[in-house]
Amino acid sequence: MTVAVNPSQTGEPVFYLADEHPHPEGWSTSLGFWIYLMSDCLIFAILFATFGVLGGNYAAGPAPKDLFDLDLVAVNTSMLLLSSITYGFAMLTMQQNKVAQTQVWLAITGLFGLAFIGIELTEFAHMIHEGATPQRSAFLSAFFTLVGTHGLHVSCGLIWLVTLMVQVGKFGLIEANRRRLMCLSMFWHFLDVVWIGVFTFVYLLGVLR
Amino acid sequence: MSPDLLKLIFGRLGFESLPLHEPIVVGTFVVVALGGAALLGGLTYFRLWGYLWREWFTTVDHKRIGIMYMILGIVMLLRGFADALMMRGQQMLAFGGSEGYLNAHHYDQVFTAHGVIMIFFVAMPLVTGLMNYVVPLQIGARDVSFPFLNNFSFWMTVGGAVLVMASLFIGEFARTGWLAYPPLSNIGYSPDVGVDYYIWALQVAGVGTTLSGINLICTIVKLRCPGMTMMKMPVFTWTSLCTNVLIVASFPVLTVVLALLSLDRYVGTNFFTNDFGGSPMMYVNLIWIWGHPEVYILVLPAFGIFSEVTSTFSGKRLFGYTSMVYATVVITILSYLVWLHHFFTMGSGASVNSFFGITTMIISIPTGAKMFNWLFTMYRGRIRYELPMMWTIAFMLTFVIGGMTGVLLAVPPADFVLHNSLFLIAHFHNVIIGGVVFGAFAGISYWFPKAFGFRLDPFWGKLSFWFWVTGFYLAFMPLYVLGLMGVTRRLRVFDDPSLQIWFVIAAIGAGLVLLGIMCMLMQFAVSFLRREQLKDVTGDPWDARTLEWATSSPPPDYNFAFTPVVHDNDAWWDMKRRGYQRPLTGFKPIHMPSSTGTGIILAGLATAMGFGLIWYMWWLAALSFIAMLAVGIGHTFNYHRDFDIPAEDVIRTEDARTKLLAGAK
Repeated sequence: MTVAVNPSQTGEPVFYLADEHPHPEGWSTSLGFWIYLMSDCLIFAILFATFGVLGGNYAAGPAPKDLFDLDLVAVNTSMLLLSSITYGFAMLTMQQNKVAQTQVWLAITGLFGLAFIGIELTEFAHMIHEGATPQRSAFLSAFFTLVGTHGLHVSCGLIWLVTLMVQVGKFGLIEANRRRLMCLSMFWHFLDVVWIGVFTFVYLLGVLR
Repeated sequence: MSPDLLKLIFGRLGFESLPLHEPIVVGTFVVVALGGAALLGGLTYFRLWGYLWREWFTTVDHKRIGIMYMILGIVMLLRGFADALMMRGQQMLAFGGSEGYLNAHHYDQVFTAHGVIMIFFVAMPLVTGLMNYVVPLQIGARDVSFPFLNNFSFWMTVGGAVLVMASLFIGEFARTGWLAYPPLSNIGYSPDVGVDYYIWALQVAGVGTTLSGINLICTIVKLRCPGMTMMKMPVFTWTSLCTNVLIVASFPVLTVVLALLSLDRYVGTNFFTNDFGGSPMMYVNLIWIWGHPEVYILVLPAFGIFSEVTSTFSGKRLFGYTSMVYATVVITILSYLVWLHHFFTMGSGASVNSFFGITTMIISIPTGAKMFNWLFTMYRGRIRYELPMMWTIAFMLTFVIGGMTGVLLAVPPADFVLHNSLFLIAHFHNVIIGGVVFGAFAGISYWFPKAFGFRLDPFWGKLSFWFWVTGFYLAFMPLYVLGLMGVTRRLRVFDDPSLQIWFVIAAIGAGLVLLGIMCMLMQFAVSFLRREQLKDVTGDPWDARTLEWATSSPPPDYNFAFTPVVHDNDAWWDMKRRGYQRPLTGFKPIHMPSSTGTGIILAGLATAMGFGLIWYMWWLAALSFIAMLAVGIGHTFNYHRDFDIPAEDVIRTEDARTKLLAGAK
């Protein structure tokens, strides 16, 4: 049984670190947040699967063709995509250590996000007004839940964004805040990716079928 | 007060919600209330609240959190086992026109609560507790990756348990069986609070489980000490890693399926209804996509424990380490490809059923490989039959029987006969008790000296062992017989008097298990009283092989004064063999996370929110939700979450150990 041994200067095996440095703060954060995102991704995966199974069950009620206004959805999609771009700009200015510009880009991102939520709520209100409520059919239950869960995530992202803006304003672009902005960045882009799925599978394919 | 106002404040809750008409529940309540009052009074009298709050409730130390998980698991075991005794008693008596002593309303709650409690609030806390305690020590780390999150996860699990316990005295629990299939669990057939208790207890606890899964994955991936490559990790750490991957990959599914069920119940959507296009089978599929991996979440860490125990008590390196790791990973992957075997009778057709039948049978191959690895580890070993090893051997015998009946059930045509019969009940108790529970007991008796600095008393332990093992066989072998004769699960009364004898035998078995549990409690008490004789001063009472035994028993807050460097799979064995000298000088301050009360506050608010949602007290739910948001955000404004243990403290602790070790020689 021969084992590779790291010899010290004297040739004796080393069994402990006499001079150690603790892991830097946030050593595991990006991995942890990434794993959290994947678990969240699974939540969306199940909601997509549910929509896939139940999405054709209109129960003699309205179908996607009768409900979806693709122009409005296109505008809405552009809001979210633009917010992702502006978040990217915020990260670029963050790396250059420009606090004020970072804050401005974050604020713009927040406004785009708010616009997205506003348009989505208008769409929901319109559908409910027409009698296409979540209770009307399994298709509509699955639709409202999938799109609504995404909207809820964006809303949480907005609360988080405001919190971070306050913290950046108070403490500046310190290491901890940079890490937090990085996590929110991953979260925000993740929601964008999920929305691409929603746009394609729910809206575009829905109108096609 | 006007009824409208009352309804606004109390929602559905009223005096009629209290089960005063059930003498058994009232009696239980009196006992629990007296016991609780005595406990709380005692804590107040001895002025222990401050100590508990500072040292335990708000701690972020993975060792203390691990111990609290174990205590939760053992307390809830008593509740879950009381349910089991009630069922055995009812089924033993309800023959020849007798209705037994439990009415249907109560009996249905008992079997539902038994399943939910045993899986979520006994098995999960025991397994999570052991992983929490042992994994950071085994990989030479000072704590987990996210210590605050760890504390929060634990209290969320407690919150779920509190909701389940509350349902016993305030309102009722679900009467649906432990997975709450719709349409029975939907609002039309279960209009009461039972299913809502079920949903919110599991949602609150589920958040904790998912977060602790993420936490332990990060810990294992990022915090291993130098030299410990993936293929040098102890097998228990490997199985923990796979289990936590399974947790993160399956608990979100449970979260979603319960959320959809609550939407059906609260909002009136049509996911799992029979009309408007809903599909109850969708629920059954989704919940088993979580539920089957859950089985492996529980049993994989047990496999890890058995690996550590077998190798330690055979005095040999584990046979086939690499194959053990690969077998674990293969089981992890396969566990996602078998969920449909829980409902072959759904009628998916021969091809689908064959696919899932075959994948299920394939799982027995890596499991069998593990069994042979343990056997070959023992082969020509110098085996010491201490308590952990006894549990391991009982596991090997029992689990093989359970595994074989599992393969029988995996054959779709056979399953059409055995589906939902007592044969199935016998099978899964055979693997869960024989695997998970025996594993947890092996783990408890193995690591107890590490956690508390003294061994468990072997006499009461062995007594408990023999009661448990014989009790288990007596309780569940008759159920195989009954299942083969066609008796289905969850029945309350029986017509055929020839079946009674089997139920009587099973009840006697349950009585023996009760003795086993009482002996185990006695074992804890006796060991505490005899702690001076049973003391472990070396930190390595079993002459073991992995890193957790390199430090003192109990380990200091910082686990290791210096981070170990590993050269071998059996790191501590290697250190002992090559004359490792414990460092006596050169200690430095150690960076550690600080305690925080945020975890317990957040979990308390989440529990209150669950309670509000269960009883339609919307103000309570909204208020607790807003408070949670405020406390959570407030916590992020605290940027100073750690401190340094001064070098003098480290020196004092290590010097004390040096003296102890000198005294031992």
